[in-house]
Amino acid sequence: MPKRKPSRLAGPNPRAQFWAGARATIPLLVGAFPFGLIYGALAVTSGLSPWAAAAMSAFVFAGSAQFISVGLIAAGTPTLIIILTTFVVNARHALYSATLAPYLRKVSSRWLVPLGFWLTDESFVVAAKQFEENPNQKNKESYLLGSEIAMYLNWQMVTWIGIAAGQAIPDPQGWGLDFALVVTFIGMLIPMIKGRPTLAAVLVAGAAALLGNSLPNQSGLLLAALLGNAAGVLTERAWPSPRLRGAKRRSNPQRGTT
Amino acid sequence: MNEVFLIAGMAVVTMATRIPLLMLLSRRKLPPAIESALKYVPPAVLSAIILPIVFMPGGELELSPGNASLVASLVAVIVAWRTRNLLLTIILGMAALLIWRAASVF
Repeated sequence: MPKRKPSRLAGPNPRAQFWAGARATIPLLVGAFPFGLIYGALAVTSGLSPWAAAAMSAFVFAGSAQFISVGLIAAGTPTLIIILTTFVVNARHALYSATLAPYLRKVSSRWLVPLGFWLTDESFVVAAKQFEENPNQKNKESYLLGSEIAMYLNWQMVTWIGIAAGQAIPDPQGWGLDFALVVTFIGMLIPMIKGRPTLAAVLVAGAAALLGNSLPNQSGLLLAALLGNAAGVLTERAWPSPRLRGAKRRSNPQRGTT
Repeated sequence: MNEVFLIAGMAVVTMATRIPLLMLLSRRKLPPAIESALKYVPPAVLSAIILPIVFMPGGELELSPGNASLVASLVAVIVAWRTRNLLLTIILGMAALLIWRAASVF
C-alpha cells in the first residue's frame, strides 16, 4: 500500500476523510487482532461450524457479543436466550449512535444504515474524539466510514485466520493476548483526561463498573457508562473550566478551511 | 441448534441497537443542552470496559503485585500519560505483562 500523507495534511474531501479515519484506526486494528484470532479459535471448538463462525463476524460484527455467544453455545444455551443476551450486551451501541447522531446531521439515510451497521466500540471512540475536537470538520461520515471499514475488513481477516489456524494454538488466552485491547484502550483514554469533568467521568464509570461487574450480561457496563457520563456533566456544571487546556494547542486538520 | 436462525437473530438485534437512534437523532434538531449531555460517554465507556478486566481478572477484586494485569496497566497508564503515543503504550504495556508474568513464575 502506498504511503499516505500525515492526517494534518488531509483535505476536507470525502476520500481524504475516509483515509484519515482508516489511518486513525490502525492502532485499534492491532488491538483487535488477538481478539479475532481467539474468537475464531474458540468458535470452532465451541461447536459452531467454521462457516457460521465466519458468518457471525460478517453479519453481527460485534466482538464482545460474539465471544459471549460462543461461550453460551459451548454451554448448550437455547438460541433465543443467546439472541436476547446479544441484545443486552450490544445495548451500549444505542448510546454510541445517540452520541454520534448530532455530528451526522446532513447525512442521508442511505449512509446512516451502513454507518450504523458497522458501528463498534473502536470506531465510536475514534470518531467521537475526532468530531469533538474538530466540530467543523467536513464529511464526517466519510471519516467514520473509513474507520469502520478498516475495523470490518481487519475483523473478517483475523477471524478467518483464527478459524483456520486457531486450533493449532493451545490455550490462546493463556498468552495474555486478550490484554492487548486493555492497553489499547488505556492508550486512548489517558490523553482524553484533560480536566476535572473527564476525570470525574472516568473515576465514577470505573468504580461503577467494578461494583456492577456481577450484574448479568454486561448491563453493569452500560449503567457505569451512563453514571460516568452524568458525573462528567455535573462536574462541568459545578466547576466550569476557566479555559479549555489543550484545545487551543492541538493541531486542527481543518485549519483555514472553515 | 439452527445456526442460520442464531446468526440472523443476533444480526437483527445488534442492528436494532446501532441504527435507529442514529437515524432518529440525526434528523431532529436537539437542544444544545441535550446534545452536550452525552459528551462524557467515550471516556466513561473506556473506563468501564477497562477497570473490571484490570482489577478483577478472575472475577474477584485482586489488589496485589501478583495481578499482572494491574502491574502492566500501571505501566501503560504511565507511558500513555508521559508520551501520548498509542502504539508505544500498547507495546510497552504488553511487554510489561509478559515480563511480569515470566518473573512471577520464579
